[in-house]
Amino acid sequence: MQEFFQQVVSGLAIGGIFASLALALVLIYNAMGLVNFAQGEMAMLATFVAYALINRGISYWIVFPITLVIAFGGGIAIQRLVIRPVERAPILTLVIITLGLATLINGLAGFIFGYVPHSFPSPFSSETVDIFGVFISFRDLGVIAVSGLVLLGVYLLLQRTTIGLTLRAAAHHPEASRLLGVQVSWMLALGWGLASAVGAVSGIMVAPILLLEPNMMQTIIIYAFAAAVLGGIESPLGAVVGGLAVGVTINLAGAYVPGVGGDLQLAVGLAIIIAVLLIRPNGLFGRAAVRRV
Amino acid sequence: MLQRIRSAPPRYWLVVIVVVFFLGFPTTISSFLASEWAQALILAIAIMGLNILVGYSGQLSLGHGAFMALGAYTSAILAHRYKMDYLVTIPIAALFTGLVGFLFGFPALRLSALYLALATFALAVVTPSLIKRPDELTGGVQGILIIQPDPPQLAQDAFATITGIPMTTDQWVYYVSLFCALLLFWLAWNLIRHRPGRALRAIRDGDVAAAASGVNIGGYKMLAFGISAFYAGTAGSLFGLSTGFVSPDTFPVSLSIQLLVGAVVGGLASIPGPLLGAIFAYFLPIESNQWVPSQSWIPDQIASTVKNAGPAVSYGVLLILIMIFAPNGMVGLIRRGYDMLNRRLRGASDRETGQLPPDPQTV
Repeated sequence: MQEFFQQVVSGLAIGGIFASLALALVLIYNAMGLVNFAQGEMAMLATFVAYALINRGISYWIVFPITLVIAFGGGIAIQRLVIRPVERAPILTLVIITLGLATLINGLAGFIFGYVPHSFPSPFSSETVDIFGVFISFRDLGVIAVSGLVLLGVYLLLQRTTIGLTLRAAAHHPEASRLLGVQVSWMLALGWGLASAVGAVSGIMVAPILLLEPNMMQTIIIYAFAAAVLGGIESPLGAVVGGLAVGVTINLAGAYVPGVGGDLQLAVGLAIIIAVLLIRPNGLFGRAAVRRV
Repeated sequence: MLQRIRSAPPRYWLVVIVVVFFLGFPTTISSFLASEWAQALILAIAIMGLNILVGYSGQLSLGHGAFMALGAYTSAILAHRYKMDYLVTIPIAALFTGLVGFLFGFPALRLSALYLALATFALAVVTPSLIKRPDELTGGVQGILIIQPDPPQLAQDAFATITGIPMTTDQWVYYVSLFCALLLFWLAWNLIRHRPGRALRAIRDGDVAAAASGVNIGGYKMLAFGISAFYAGTAGSLFGLSTGFVSPDTFPVSLSIQLLVGAVVGGLASIPGPLLGAIFAYFLPIESNQWVPSQSWIPDQIASTVKNAGPAVSYGVLLILIMIFAPNGMVGLIRRGYDMLNRRLRGASDRETGQLPPDPQTV
C-alpha cells in the first residue's frame, strides 16, 4: 500500500508536468481552434535557452523567470511571423504548418545545441521526506509546487485581470471584441506567448528527469495530448485534472500491469487518447460540440 | 487509332516520356543508385496513398508510417516464418493493411480533422515501441532479415541483352517497385476521375451538400482510409524488400513526417504530385551529406550537425512556406507557370473570352 501511494505521488509530479504542457495546448486551442503540434518543441527550445544561461553561471532562480520571458517573446514572434498569415486558413493547413514548425524547431535545436544529451540541474534535492510512512522526494514535491503555482497564475491571469478578460473575449467572440476595440490579432499573439511560457515550465521541469536533447519532448507531448483530450480540449481546468490523471495512470500501469513498462507506457497514453475520443470525445470537462447545418 | 494518338493532349505524352525514362533509367546508373531510386518510387507509392486520403478526401493522417510498418512486417513475417515467396506476400500485405485501414476509418469517422490528426500522430510516435513488444513474432529490436530474391531468368536475359552486364538484385527490386508504382498510380488516376473520386472531393469540399446529393459519406471516408492504407502497405512491403530487413527503427515518426512533406511539397490533390514530392523528400536528407564541402578548416562537428539537422530544418521551412505561399505545391507552381506561358503566347484569344482557368482548390 505504501508503494502504491509512492507511485501515486510521483505520478502526480510527472502529471503536473503534463498538465503544464496540456494547459499550453488548451490556451492555443481556445484562442484559435488549433492543436499546436509544435508546443513540445517550443518548450524544448526554451529549456535549451535556460540550459545555456545556467551554464554561464547564472543562478537557477534568476534563469527561470528570464527563460519564461524569452519563451513568451518567442511565442509572440512565432504567431506574428508564421501563424498570422494563415489565421483564417483551413484547419488542415494550420495543422501542417504547426507540424512544420515542430520539425523546424527540432532541427534548429539540434543545429545549435547538438544531439548529445545534457544533464539538467534541478533546484530541489533528491532526498526524501517521510510523510505518514510514504517517502516522497523533495524533487517531486518541488515539481508539484512549481506546476501548481504556474497553473494558479494562469487561472488568476485569465479570470481576474482585464487582460485575461480581453483574451477570452477575443477568443470566443472575435467580431464582437473587434467592434469593442479589442485588437484581436494581438490578443492571439498574446495567447501564443502565454502558451509558450507555460509550456516552457514543463520543459524545464522535465529536463532533470529525462535528459535534455532535441527529442526530449516527443513523448511528453503525447501525454500532454492525452491529458488535454481527457480533460476536454477547451477546458483549462480539464487540462490540469487530465494531466494529473494521465501521470498517475501511466505510473500505476508501469508498476502494476505486467508487460507495461519502459517505452510501452507511451502506448498507455495512446490508449487513453483513443478511448476518450471514442467514448467521450468532449472529454471530462468539455462541452459537446454543436454544429449548425 | 493513329487519329487518337495524334489528338492526345500533351500531358499524355508527358506520361509516356516519364514511363520510358523510369524504364530505361537503371540501365544507365549504378546498381546502388538504382536501389536509391527504387526507394524513392516506393516512397511515391506511400505518398500517393496519403495524397488520396489528405488531398482528395480531406482527412489528415500524420501516422502513415504505421501503415507502412504493418505492410512491411506482414510481408516479412509471412516470408520469414511461413517461407512464402516474398513477391507473393506483397499483395497479401497490401490487402491486409488496406483492410486494417478500412476498419481504422470507422472510429476515424467520429473524429474531427483535428482529433484525427492528433490520434494518428500519437499512433506514429508509439509505433516503434508497439512493434518491439511481440518479439516472438517481430524479432523485437533486431527486426527480421529479408532474403532478397534473385531476378528471374527472363528479366536477367533481357537486362543483359540491353546493357551487356548481368542484372543485380537491386535492379530487380527497382523494376518490381516501378511495376507496382505504375499500377498504383494508374489505379489512383482512374479512381480520382470516376465516381469515387468525385464523391471524395464532394465530401472534402462540403460534406453536408455531398450527403444531400446522396453520397454515402461514412462509406466513402472509410474507403479512402482503406485505399490509402492499401498503398501504404504496398510501399511498406516493398520497402522491406529493398532494404533487406525490417526493424522498429525503420519506421520512426520522422517517416510519417517525411510522407507528409512529400505530399505537401509535390502538391496535394494531384496525380504527378506524389512522384515529385517523393523524389524531393527522399533525396533531400541523403544529399544533405554533401551540403558542407569537406574542407579541412571546417570542423567535423559542424559537418555532422548540418547533416543531422539540415533535413529537419529544411523540411520544416518548406512545409511552412509552401502552405503559406503555394498550397498546391510543386505541381501548382508548374501549372501556374504553364498557364502564364500559355496566356503570354496566346494572349489575345484568352483576353477575348476573358476567362482564366479556375484555381484548383486543394486543401
